[in-house]
Amino acid sequence: MTPEGMAGAERRRVAPVAGLSAAEPSPSLWRETGRRFLRHRLATVGAAVLVVMVVGVVAGPLVWRVPVNEIDFKAKLRTPSWSHPLGTDDLGQDLLARMLYGGRISLAVGIVAMLIAISIGTAIGATTGYVGGTVDHTLMRITDMFLSLPGLPLLLLIVYLFRDALRKALGPEAGVFILIVAVIGGLRWMPVARLVRAQFLSLREKEFVEAARGLGAPPLRQVVRHILPNSMGPVIVAGTIDVAAAIIAESTLSFLGLGFPPDIPTWGRLLFDAKDNLDFAPHWAIFPGTAIFLTVLSINYIGDGLRDALDPRKVLAR
Amino acid sequence: MEERALRTLIDQVRAGTLSRRRFVKVMVGLGLTAPMAAQMLASTGVAQAQTKWTFSPTKRGGGGLVKTLWWQAPTLLNPHFATGTKDQDASRIFYEPLGAYDPDGNIVPMLAAEVPSQQNGQVAKDGMSVTWRLRKNVVWHDGKPFTADDVVFNWEYVTDPATAAVSSGNYRDIARIDKLDSHTVKLVFKSPTPFWSSPFCGPYGMIIPKHLFQAYKGDKSREAPNNLKPVGTGPFRFADFKPGDIVRAELNPNYHVPNRPFFDAIEMKGGGDAISAARAVIQTGEFDYAWNIQVEDEILKRMEQGGKGRADIVAGGNIEHIQLNNTDPWTEVEGERSSIKTRHPFLTDPAVRQALNLLVDRGSVQEQIYGRTGIATANFVNAPSRFVSKNTRWEFNVDRANQLLDGAGWKRGSDGIRAKDGKKLRLVYQTSINALRQKTQQVVKQACAKAGIDVELKSVTANVYFSSDPANPDTYSHFYTDIQMYTTTMVEPDPQRFLDQFTSWEIASKENKWQGRNISRWRNEEYDRAWKAAEAEMDPVKRAALLVKTNDLVIQNIVVVPVVFRPRVAAISSRMRDVAQSGWDSDFWALAYWSKQP
Repeated sequence: MTPEGMAGAERRRVAPVAGLSAAEPSPSLWRETGRRFLRHRLATVGAAVLVVMVVGVVAGPLVWRVPVNEIDFKAKLRTPSWSHPLGTDDLGQDLLARMLYGGRISLAVGIVAMLIAISIGTAIGATTGYVGGTVDHTLMRITDMFLSLPGLPLLLLIVYLFRDALRKALGPEAGVFILIVAVIGGLRWMPVARLVRAQFLSLREKEFVEAARGLGAPPLRQVVRHILPNSMGPVIVAGTIDVAAAIIAESTLSFLGLGFPPDIPTWGRLLFDAKDNLDFAPHWAIFPGTAIFLTVLSINYIGDGLRDALDPRKVLAR
Repeated sequence: MEERALRTLIDQVRAGTLSRRRFVKVMVGLGLTAPMAAQMLASTGVAQAQTKWTFSPTKRGGGGLVKTLWWQAPTLLNPHFATGTKDQDASRIFYEPLGAYDPDGNIVPMLAAEVPSQQNGQVAKDGMSVTWRLRKNVVWHDGKPFTADDVVFNWEYVTDPATAAVSSGNYRDIARIDKLDSHTVKLVFKSPTPFWSSPFCGPYGMIIPKHLFQAYKGDKSREAPNNLKPVGTGPFRFADFKPGDIVRAELNPNYHVPNRPFFDAIEMKGGGDAISAARAVIQTGEFDYAWNIQVEDEILKRMEQGGKGRADIVAGGNIEHIQLNNTDPWTEVEGERSSIKTRHPFLTDPAVRQALNLLVDRGSVQEQIYGRTGIATANFVNAPSRFVSKNTRWEFNVDRANQLLDGAGWKRGSDGIRAKDGKKLRLVYQTSINALRQKTQQVVKQACAKAGIDVELKSVTANVYFSSDPANPDTYSHFYTDIQMYTTTMVEPDPQRFLDQFTSWEIASKENKWQGRNISRWRNEEYDRAWKAAEAEMDPVKRAALLVKTNDLVIQNIVVVPVVFRPRVAAISSRMRDVAQSGWDSDFWALAYWSKQP
């Protein structure tokens, strides 16, 4: 741990730099962040794995042209081979094709839900933290209320209420997608809001913000250019955890029959279908399980690396 | 199947060219029940088969503890309040009916001294009464004798509306019960009752003691201390009960069958799920018996390779079938969808129904998904006049389905989906969450896609889907989708009650809080007439012919597309003997005769 005094001293030294970078629009802050990020070895590996996954699910179906739901009982429960690199399930459907297709949905759900949670959380956290007073009180009590809502029952209720309407308007897949990301994102912004508010409360009293204020920066500029970039560390960590939680929440919903239709092979769904066959067809569960595990892990490491890179107080070891 | 054809079959059984068991199977295939088939045979003078036991002990007890597993735990031990088979089965450890149904549907006397029949004069020719003689040496677990008064009391207790007994339906046709002497009763019916064994036999027939329950008849019925501490006549007496967890019972030293039971104690443990229950019996051998194993056959077979136990599969009357909605599930009329005031936009077209019937690949569903636990039956599906023929097959034929749809004017659009008059063949196909069902859904969806029908799959968690909550739109009885699939269970030994699910007065609607049994909302006057005629027909063979006719109407009009018959499956330790499940009665119907190899 850095002693409190030292941290203060350091921040005083860094703060004018941040102020300078705001004055002359140069990419130095982000270039610096990138440089620091690359020195975090696990984060770099995580980023590489994630990039491979994303490229795989986006471009994979263009290369691996086996249909997702072609039933072939003659080839059921095959272990991995050249014709089925990841084996088949008990209807003889190709698992690689299903993984690639399902990965698009799982990753998209995770990332979009995270973006929603972070956007709402940051907006509310920044408002309460910067404005304070009655606004702060009101918004934080609303946040408390949301925190005290039981997640799963509420989720079920919302899905029941709006599923049919959205399905009608946008079709079964798009409708459910929007519903799920909105519901998962809409129920996970509270921790982000609290983190951002806490950061704002301390940062807005700092000298560099006072300096900016003294130079006549309007509130929006103070928030966006000065306070927010300095409070992003914890938010990014919370966001990475949210991606993982959203992927898992989607599988929970599929479990309960409220997610995507049962024939859409999201990773959670594949795991659910595989669980009863675990002792004699382990490949069926291992691949989607590994995919979820690697995604969550690499996103967590990326978050770790980003936080370290974004925290100017952190002295990186050689 | 006409009456004459039925009589020919019965003659074959009498002559010995057709086995009893085969006859019962054929009748079950026609949608009747084994008890009804047995009754037909009995009425024409074919002697009733005796249930045989492989082990006859020379003394009572000595078998130690038998451990059974019910993955739904019992919550109370009064058979007249039993919700679901778990409570009925738990009660059956302590209580007995007058007669039980064996696997072939024969009545086995339990508290009765003999089975009534027209031959022994105990069943009236006009169907207005039946006389039961009771066993004389029976005492309740507390030492009081069992007499005719107990039988009369049970009828009074159950039919008192304030008692709110679940078994009341089986007793409502009784006008009065005459006590002829201390051990003989005569049941007098309100109208001719062809199926006279509905009261006092099988799962709803268990008899509770008058001396302990007479103070709790009516409003106070739920306060009886013996609802949780049963005192019965059965092979085991009460030891311990934790609702929702475990029932323990010990040998009844005064049991009325000599040298029975073999076991000194029984434990019925509740909780868990079907697959872990199957493992506990078949794979690890921790338990001796597990009830209702709804597990994929593939998995069961792999477990059985260990040799510690087996899956016991017996025919029952359960049919996994797809219902086609006759009303429009997407239009709301007076606060309900699938209202009887609407018509389905395209499922009312016979060509579409026939095409769907051709698109369900029952063969693959049986072979690849259900295995031994689901049998694609041709007989139920095809023209019944051919049912004895070996050539009858259900048909899976995508080309013919395509031809039918082409012929009816359903043209493929640019997206490959057929349409006519601006209506597209898009279906939502609903079922409960169950791996077997989701696979069947995918098989059907793929075949439909080849015929230009777009199917969207929907699955609902079983607790919701099978609940009777009128506020939940996802239950099977609301049927707010185009087609849906589930298993109807024939819990009543009399098929009349089962077949009322297609009568016009049973249609499920908002008005009856979706408690009506006609879920597909199909209406047919001919069906209604045949059903009513069967209700009053006294000759069991004529009655069977009428009931078969109602069944044919359902198939010919493709009201439902049957998929597979689902036999009852239990997991039994390979050391257990004489544990014969009956598809028509509780799993414990012959508990007194169970034994185990050392």
